[in-house]
Amino acid sequence: MSAVLAAAPLRQRVHWSDRVGHVLLGAIAVGLLAFLAGPLLAILLQSVEGKQGEFVGLENFTAYFATPALLDSLWNSVWTSLAVTAIVVPAAFTFAYALARSCMPWKSAFRTVTLTPLLAPSLLSAISFIYWFGNQGALKHWLTALGIEQIYGAPGIILSQIFSVFPHALMIMVTALSLADARLYEAADALGTSAARKFFTITLPGAKYGLASAAMVTFTLVITDFGIPKVIGGNFNVLSTDVFKLVIGQQDFPKGAVVALVLLAPALLTFVVDRIVQRRQTSMLTARAVPYAPKPSRGFDALMTAYCAVVALLMFAVLGMAVFASFVKFWPYDLSFSLRHYVLGIVDNEARLALTNSLKLALGTAIAGTAVVFAGAYLMEKTRGAGWLRSAVQLLALLPMAVPGLVLGLGYIFYFNAPQNPLNFLYHTMTLLVLCTVVHFYTAAHLTAVTALKALDAEFESVSASLKVPFWKTFWRVTLPICTPALLDISRYLFINAMTTISAVVFLYAPDTKLLSVAILNLDEAGEPGAAAAMAVLIASTSLVACLVYLGIGWLVDRRTQAWRTSK
Amino acid sequence: MAQDEPFLRLEGIRKDFGSFTALRDVRLEVAPGEFVCFLGPSGCGKTTLIRIIAGLEAQSAGTIYQGGRDISALPPALRDYGIVFQSYALFPNLDVFDNIAYGLVNRRSDRAAVQARVKELLALVGLPDSAAKYPSQLSGGQQQRIALARALATSPGLLLLDEPLSALDAIVRVHLRQEIRALQQRLGVTTIMVTHDQEEALSMADRIVVMNHGVIDQIGSALDVYREPATPFVADFVGKVNMLSATVEAPGRVRIGSLSFACAAAEGAAGRGVRVYVRPEDIVAAAVEAGSGNTFEACIEKIEFLGAYCLVRVAGRDLGEQPLTVSLSLNFLTGQRLAAGGSLRLRMLAERMRVFAA
Repeated sequence: MSAVLAAAPLRQRVHWSDRVGHVLLGAIAVGLLAFLAGPLLAILLQSVEGKQGEFVGLENFTAYFATPALLDSLWNSVWTSLAVTAIVVPAAFTFAYALARSCMPWKSAFRTVTLTPLLAPSLLSAISFIYWFGNQGALKHWLTALGIEQIYGAPGIILSQIFSVFPHALMIMVTALSLADARLYEAADALGTSAARKFFTITLPGAKYGLASAAMVTFTLVITDFGIPKVIGGNFNVLSTDVFKLVIGQQDFPKGAVVALVLLAPALLTFVVDRIVQRRQTSMLTARAVPYAPKPSRGFDALMTAYCAVVALLMFAVLGMAVFASFVKFWPYDLSFSLRHYVLGIVDNEARLALTNSLKLALGTAIAGTAVVFAGAYLMEKTRGAGWLRSAVQLLALLPMAVPGLVLGLGYIFYFNAPQNPLNFLYHTMTLLVLCTVVHFYTAAHLTAVTALKALDAEFESVSASLKVPFWKTFWRVTLPICTPALLDISRYLFINAMTTISAVVFLYAPDTKLLSVAILNLDEAGEPGAAAAMAVLIASTSLVACLVYLGIGWLVDRRTQAWRTSK
Repeated sequence: MAQDEPFLRLEGIRKDFGSFTALRDVRLEVAPGEFVCFLGPSGCGKTTLIRIIAGLEAQSAGTIYQGGRDISALPPALRDYGIVFQSYALFPNLDVFDNIAYGLVNRRSDRAAVQARVKELLALVGLPDSAAKYPSQLSGGQQQRIALARALATSPGLLLLDEPLSALDAIVRVHLRQEIRALQQRLGVTTIMVTHDQEEALSMADRIVVMNHGVIDQIGSALDVYREPATPFVADFVGKVNMLSATVEAPGRVRIGSLSFACAAAEGAAGRGVRVYVRPEDIVAAAVEAGSGNTFEACIEKIEFLGAYCLVRVAGRDLGEQPLTVSLSLNFLTGQRLAAGGSLRLRMLAERMRVFAA
């Protein structure tokens, strides 16, 4: 009887339905390798090659660090990014503190106004600041009064960046400050602790990971942003504009690759810190914590309302100026209403094609991206077996967060432009733009999907297997219907980012795949700031309409598939 | 041994997680129609073992036979069982009908047959009118019944219950455990249940498998496990027990403190140090006459009131400062006018004292 005891290590046979899962997961892994790992590798290779493709070791790096002009750019990038971080983090912290910890009125209105910059390309704020403080700016004399010669350069970059990254920092801070355990404050109150002491011993330590994360994200967003320095930077060179000049202007690919790697460094660091922070942050709040509910306090609430009102007003002024400028006849001489800039942009400068292209890109990214991201997350989280493949996909899915768009776009040129690459046929096509944008924004979408999937009972798949139902049937009948709200979130996120992105796609478009966001740059360069503003407003409006459409779809879907949630 | 061939047979099951061994050389036979409980503290490996039987985890070594077939390497979908989890794992977006029919529809049975089967199962679990409801509209106990109906829908040969009652409140739990047991006996389906609740195991199972640190300590009926625990762990984990240090005087006699007791289980050389395990109800007070065997004088330190029976902590000086807990009926205590500080005469039942090495 005991003769049947097997000595060899036991492996469970793989059911054919699980095999299907492995093949699909493998396909996702291959896709991420081809469209993420490949381009990144291409940059690494390019940086150690000479102009003829010969191996030169670290020569490009030593040459780079010996070029004073490029070192100036590095320094410019670093100090402006530090300056923006130093201003934005406390400002966003205070705003988030008001939202999460005060009883001020109109919270959702304040929140909405401050998040609107996310609907437009980052350079919208740069265009606005030119209208406010530029050579013909409405308030140019304020600038002169402060002793600043002109807005073009560091002052403009810093101001514009503050406005465009503020919502990003704000979202992180709001999350960090919402995770508060009321019991700590009650214990402190019972011990008669002063408000200041509570702030420094409970609030600040509780939010420190959020603060660190916000600081890193802000710094990275600023240092890798391309649109703002391009529009308002003037003769003030920074790394991101250098990359563009080196690669597009001088066709110096190796040096461009070196600068791209320099830009990759802070992003990678942010990524690592952020992963550590996330792990700590979630473990801080136990399941037993009691959510903190702020108590009204007249003086404090009034102070917070005033602060938020000022910030919202400034936001409104920046956004409003771009909208206003896009509708005036001839700034600053004839301020009467006119659709001239829209007509000029759309009709005369082929922005109609660009608008169609942008919509194609946004829709393609929103649909294909959501499908791929969600399928990948599902296969990774919920299927059985093939552990190593699972870990590989997880790593690849997190990597895009660490890669600035500029670097990714550059990698795409090196990789897909290479004639020996069998995927070369994709170069300059809309398909490649879609793929690049999906990869660019993969991580946040992936994490949203994973969070939604983790909220489902882990035993659904076990029950299905015991009932001999293949996983795709449970996916279709149970997982997908439950996760539709998350799917819509992912899709909207991808749509808006595809609509507003510049950094990666600026390297990849061809005349017939030109995008609206890129058209803004070209119009601005051609001395048509009004038309540039008009196109930026057009993008923001499209994003806004998209948000409303998603809201409507969400409402319909809720009624159709989420009935079980509310039925009690 | 001309008995039935076991329905389920586990041989030398071993499970390693890295360097940690979760299960070691587990052997078990389950007869057709039997209700077996895996009982043990959290981390003892009982859940791992049931997941291995289900194929949700692969064992590192060992063989599983179900109905004479070697299923050791089969994925869950090729095995024959229904499973119920602590979390119910009902599909929240499907109504009760669709949940129960989930495995039936897949087998392409015709609609009328599916409907008849679901109706039959709903009647079986006592919820005939809930087909159109969503799980969130049902109470926890009702949800668990639906999960049970779903697991039984395809008439599996083996029913696996993974802590099915742990998420429910006490009253529902007691009620549902009787129902599950009655249902299981009516259908005659071979059933394995995992639980950490000894009362649940004692009241439901034909046989209990007591597990600790990845090994099986004892397999036996509820009475066996309770009356004749195979190890100190089993004695301690199942029911309440007093542990007393003692020495063997002669076969059948032990010395506790300065007193000598008859003890059926005592063996070994005189002077050997042992531990005597005796349950609170095996130390009796009623009708104890002075001078009769195994008696001793004890002083009441504290009475813990629990209702019909009270746990009385006593100390007998002659036992050598080893406090004892005795279970005495409330009627006895009031009849004898006993309270803390009083004293009484007790007798240890010689045939109920278990002896383990010190």
